Amino acid sequence: MAIVSMTVNGKAVTADIDPRTLLVQFLREHLRLTGTHVGCDTSQCGACVVHMNGAAVKACTTLALQADGAAVTTIEGLADGADLHPMQAAFREHHGLQCGYCTPGMIMTAVDMVNRLGGDLSEETIRAELEGNICRCTGYHNIVRAVETGAKAMAGGEPVRQAAE
Amino acid sequence: MYAFEYHKPTSLRQAAAMLAKAEDAKILAGGHTLLPTMKQRLASPANLIDLGALDDLKGIERKGRSVVIGAMTTHAAVATSEVVREAIPGLAEMAEIIGDPAVRARGTIGGSVANNDPAADYPAACLALGATITTNKRKIEADDFFTGMFDTALEEGEIITKVAFPVPAKAAYAKFRNPASRYALAGVFVAKRGSEIRVAVTGAGANGVFRWSEAEEALKTRFSAKSLAGMKADVSMMNADIHADAEYRAHLVGVMARRAVEAATAR
Repeated sequence: MAIVSMTVNGKAVTADIDPRTLLVQFLREHLRLTGTHVGCDTSQCGACVVHMNGAAVKACTTLALQADGAAVTTIEGLADGADLHPMQAAFREHHGLQCGYCTPGMIMTAVDMVNRLGGDLSEETIRAELEGNICRCTGYHNIVRAVETGAKAMAGGEPVRQAAE
Repeated sequence: MYAFEYHKPTSLRQAAAMLAKAEDAKILAGGHTLLPTMKQRLASPANLIDLGALDDLKGIERKGRSVVIGAMTTHAAVATSEVVREAIPGLAEMAEIIGDPAVRARGTIGGSVANNDPAADYPAACLALGATITTNKRKIEADDFFTGMFDTALEEGEIITKVAFPVPAKAAYAKFRNPASRYALAGVFVAKRGSEIRVAVTGAGANGVFRWSEAEEALKTRFSAKSLAGMKADVSMMNADIHADAEYRAHLVGVMARRAVEAATAR
């Protein structure tokens, strides 16, 4: 066993874990933050994407111990109380999901995309940047629209609802 | 994944001591190859030595005529580095198309070079640019480093600390990606430095990364894609699997080499 400490969604957590524990297992099974999903478990699909020290990473391919001392943000940490994060609101407005399984990873990747590249994203950029996130339902069109709108809203542009209409 | 003991050294010296002492130990860099391999139970080290706390191994700097990249530097850092963009844009462009954004945020140059996956991108860059790989014990030229599929000149207890790339006059990389894995079905890195021309091929060879000497010879007459017109790699040297047969890979090597030369001469 090994002691791991990190900050998850602004809250300090410490636990005694098996060194094998993946970050995604730690989040889901120890902290009961089940918004982060396990899809392929082989770092292809992106359902497990969280932010670690500000960068989007695949939590299924990161040991919890590698995140020792890190600041981790999960999908549960995006909303401000009852107010959805602009990217979450954009996914709702544009119906950027069907079954919803990939959505937390999509949104975490999209927020990271805006943090790195800014709010004015071309469709081509969005599609290229989403290549590590797989959706088996939507055909991606509404996801791309959602990211485009969410990105503008994050950069301080139009509110999500207005942009969607 | 089988159980292991986890160690997180805070200095290179400590890491080397742990590696020498611990039985059946593996170095953990970004973990984006090792952890999936351990999950599949294809690797089951008894001890993992995580280099994540060794900040000395992270960073990029221009040193004279070379760009020196620390072993724990991520692909994302190389792709967005002003130093690399200015000195060897082809190298930054190569780092920018490894895996996907989340993979690039964790995967490291040292891990990629040490693993020498036959379809990884960095081995081709190292070989074409004539890189020097520095370990905690010595310096190894890229020509001597990559000794076959998943095989390198690294000895027991050796840890890569940095990779130095001499700045070329022209260089570029072209890759035909497997759309699912994003690994190279064929990737070709070309570089021209003075009168020396090097062409390195990844993804396609049956024994991992290799230099394509026929293409190098052809480019010596004139460094132009036209010099490679109609050329393809030796089919008998190619890998064949469910993704592509040897004939197709040999063809792709020719196409990627021409695209790489075009990109290198266009800037």
